[in-house]
Amino acid sequence: MKIVIDYDLCEANAICMAIEPSVFEVREDDNLYILDEEPPEELRPKMEEAARRCPKQAISIEG
Amino acid sequence: MKALVVAGASLGGMNTVQSARSAGYDGPICLVDPSPVLPHDRPPLTKQVLAGEWELERARQPVADKLAEFDVDLRLGVAAESLDVAGLAVGLDDGSRLDASAVVLATGSRARSLPDATAPGTHTLRTGADCLALRGELDLRPERVVVIGAGFIGAEVAATCRSRGLEVTMLEADEVPLGRVLPGGMGAFMADLHRSGGVDVRLGARPEAILTDDHGHTSGVRLDDGEVVPARVVVVGIGAVPAVDWLAGSALSLRSPAEGGGVATDATLLAAPGVVAVGDVASWPNPLFDGEVMRVEHWENAIDQGAHAGRRVLAELDPKRWDNPGGFSSVPWFWSDQYDSKIQMVGRARPGDEPVVVSGAPGEDRFVVLYRRGGWCTAALGLNRPRDLVRARMAMSESLAWDGVASLF
Ligand SMILES: Cc1cc2nc3c(=O)[nH]c(=O)nc-3n(C[C@H](O)[C@H](O)[C@H](O)COP(=O)(O)OP(=O)(O)OC[C@H]3O[C@@H](n4cnc5c(N)ncnc54)[C@H](O)[C@@H]3O)c2cc1C
Ligand code: SF4
Repeated sequence: MKIVIDYDLCEANAICMAIEPSVFEVREDDNLYILDEEPPEELRPKMEEAARRCPKQAISIEG
Repeated sequence: MKALVVAGASLGGMNTVQSARSAGYDGPICLVDPSPVLPHDRPPLTKQVLAGEWELERARQPVADKLAEFDVDLRLGVAAESLDVAGLAVGLDDGSRLDASAVVLATGSRARSLPDATAPGTHTLRTGADCLALRGELDLRPERVVVIGAGFIGAEVAATCRSRGLEVTMLEADEVPLGRVLPGGMGAFMADLHRSGGVDVRLGARPEAILTDDHGHTSGVRLDDGEVVPARVVVVGIGAVPAVDWLAGSALSLRSPAEGGGVATDATLLAAPGVVAVGDVASWPNPLFDGEVMRVEHWENAIDQGAHAGRRVLAELDPKRWDNPGGFSSVPWFWSDQYDSKIQMVGRARPGDEPVVVSGAPGEDRFVVLYRRGGWCTAALGLNRPRDLVRARMAMSESLAWDGVASLF
């Protein structure tokens, strides 16, 4: 599973970070950083939740 | 087999359907909505779509693409007109009656308007069609747009009109915007934000009448001191009311406007046996806030409550197969994009809560204010501080204890 962010859409509101801080981090510079681009399979439900709740629909899951 | 009937095909309704299907419900679902098309995602309607950056089609609800998978009997252009709570049946405005196994109330809000706001050129903004109608007039480059109300929708419309290079006057009846949502005068920064964005902001300005020209088209707004602000386009942004009129004759308990309006439910979002409410219409005691009754008109709330309501309604259909998910505990979260600023609010403040500035200061480009009620932190307001706000929110979802949240700053 690979996490892909459409940075043209992302507005760094950090909703995904609230769902899984080990994968998504919004830093002091107000940008979103992906800490783990290929998170372990057990995080799939969390990743799906993040994709569903991202207000900009900027998160996609490949594979 | 009777269907699970869902009234309202917007965020709350669609997410309830998604949740019920992913929990394994494979019975029939009937989804009704008076909208002629699947309702659009609303936040872009004041922002990208109104700005002309996006075509309307791009403002799709997050789960719209899954509709085919959900296998629902979708009835667009039809409104629910009555609810028989004891017999579990929904009357539709095409004269038919749907016998239901259970009912989900997801009819959301409609825009509040003014009695004389009927002339061409005067708008409210709730749906995709409303947005296109307003955008069409902005495309004609009116000399001035008047926005009545400095709430979030009015404020976003004002900001978008400025980004299109239009002159804007914003009329707000109160001396400080957003007094209800941001008590303690904290809404003052919104007026500053709009002034620096080039909006003619008038506080304490009470519109008395919307004026029309000889052709019946909107021509301006007259204030109660007699001044006339000329404008061919007027946007009324004075808030929303829950769409519960159709439930007035039912056995459900509806909250009065003074109580915040909406359908009264228990902590699990159950309004009556077999009837669940979700999204903008639901008025529920939030366990995280010690049972304080809330009705939340925010995008993410409709998604989260939808996820909960799907499971809750299945527990009504077959409690042996599906567990009751229990109380819906949440820290409400809201964002608003205006100019290049991100305004975010988590939690829920009420008048009397004390604002405490913990980072930056109102008037600066970035700040965070926490609201304190005794030993609790009830809310956090941030301007361009998304990381801080999400951390405050994570702490608050564990506990509202003041010290825990304040120690993050
Ligand atoms: C222009 C705009 C911008 C917004 N921007 C933001 C934002 O930036 N951030 C944020 O957090 N929130 C924002 N919101 C709020 C957010 O969109 C709402 O909270 C959310 O849409 C609520 O979802 P809902 O499904 O409860 O209700 P709604 O989206 O209101 O949908 C209710 C649906 O029920 C249907 N309906 C009504 N009556 C009946 C009936 N009798 N029978 C059957 N169906 C019926 C309606 O046609 C509608 O499709 C915005 C809202 C608007 C209008
Ligand atoms: S939730 Fe979406 S918009 Fe927000 S930071 Fe994450 S990817 Fe970006």
